[in-house]
Amino acid sequence: MARVLINLPARAKRGELIEIKTLIAHPMETGYRLGPTGGAIPRDIINRFTCTYNGEEVFRAELFPAIAANPFITFFTVATESGEIVFSWTDDHGNTQTEVRQITVE
Amino acid sequence: MRALVLAAVAAAVAAAAAEIAPQDRHSGYDFAGPDTRAMQDDDTANPGMLGVLQGETLWAAKTGAAGRSCADCHGDARTSMKGVAARYPAFEPALARPLDLEGRINRCRSEHQGAEPLAWESADLLALTAFVAYQSRGLPIMVRADAELRPFVDLGSALFHRRQGQLNLSCSQCHDDNWGKRLAGAVIPQAHPTGYPVYRLEWQSLGSLQRRLRNCMIGVRAEPYDYSAPEAVDLELYLMARARGMPLETPAVRP
Repeated sequence: MARVLINLPARAKRGELIEIKTLIAHPMETGYRLGPTGGAIPRDIINRFTCTYNGEEVFRAELFPAIAANPFITFFTVATESGEIVFSWTDDHGNTQTEVRQITVE
Repeated sequence: MRALVLAAVAAAVAAAAAEIAPQDRHSGYDFAGPDTRAMQDDDTANPGMLGVLQGETLWAAKTGAAGRSCADCHGDARTSMKGVAARYPAFEPALARPLDLEGRINRCRSEHQGAEPLAWESADLLALTAFVAYQSRGLPIMVRADAELRPFVDLGSALFHRRQGQLNLSCSQCHDDNWGKRLAGAVIPQAHPTGYPVYRLEWQSLGSLQRRLRNCMIGVRAEPYDYSAPEAVDLELYLMARARGMPLETPAVRP
């Protein structure tokens, strides 16, 4: 499993705009580079990121080879109710890493 | 009049060749752009923290023939490793020469864990080094300058001031005499190793001080020292002694 850093407030007021920051360890190999023997290093990138808030998708991003290693994605959403925020990153091999964080809305 | 001008020129040359006064010293942080600085300051945006996290896992992982983890001997790194990185490179009596933090970690592995040394610039060695150095973040660099280390500091200083490579440049000519000016698009920093292992955006990964030194040497078209070569460690030692008193920033972010 790749290492992940997620920063979001543990508590928020209803209707408050909250910032969510995510960072995941990934080489984001473009597929355009050549290895030591001259052969192409196969492409291996995270191509999709989604964030759901109590099951409802609030943010989605498609990623491409021009994005640097260890992608950092930050976005805003409105704190509507207490519950789970689920983050998932899907790579070229079809593997998905999922992280869950709780938020309390008062 | 002519003598006066000559004296003034001589004084200017002497001033240019002098070392940077303590109050004029700046970390590479001060030369980085606002975006890069913001990235370093925010632990959830600083990609070097991913290495620190990985290092924390490795610290607790049992390894080698002895089946021991770093934590089994050293305990909680937050207390046992606090201030350690600020003292490295340190003198190793068994080798009768200084050892940098990477060298120390690998020596610990072979001596006490019965494990293979980690390859230079491998993700694991960088992560462990970053984790150990992170425990000293904010503490001033305190490399010793006693009788044991002094000769190696002097060797490092000689390397720093020696012209080398096809461009025939010494480290000092850029980093003492021309810091703050531009080399193509990049600002020349003062070469204070305050944040290693550093996350360099150009590398898209953490990298050691020795990797950075090799980078510069290739830049002046000189033959770079091998990883963990005595010259490389002497140069690291001199640079840390030169930055004595400046706070450690590991993991720093640099362009």
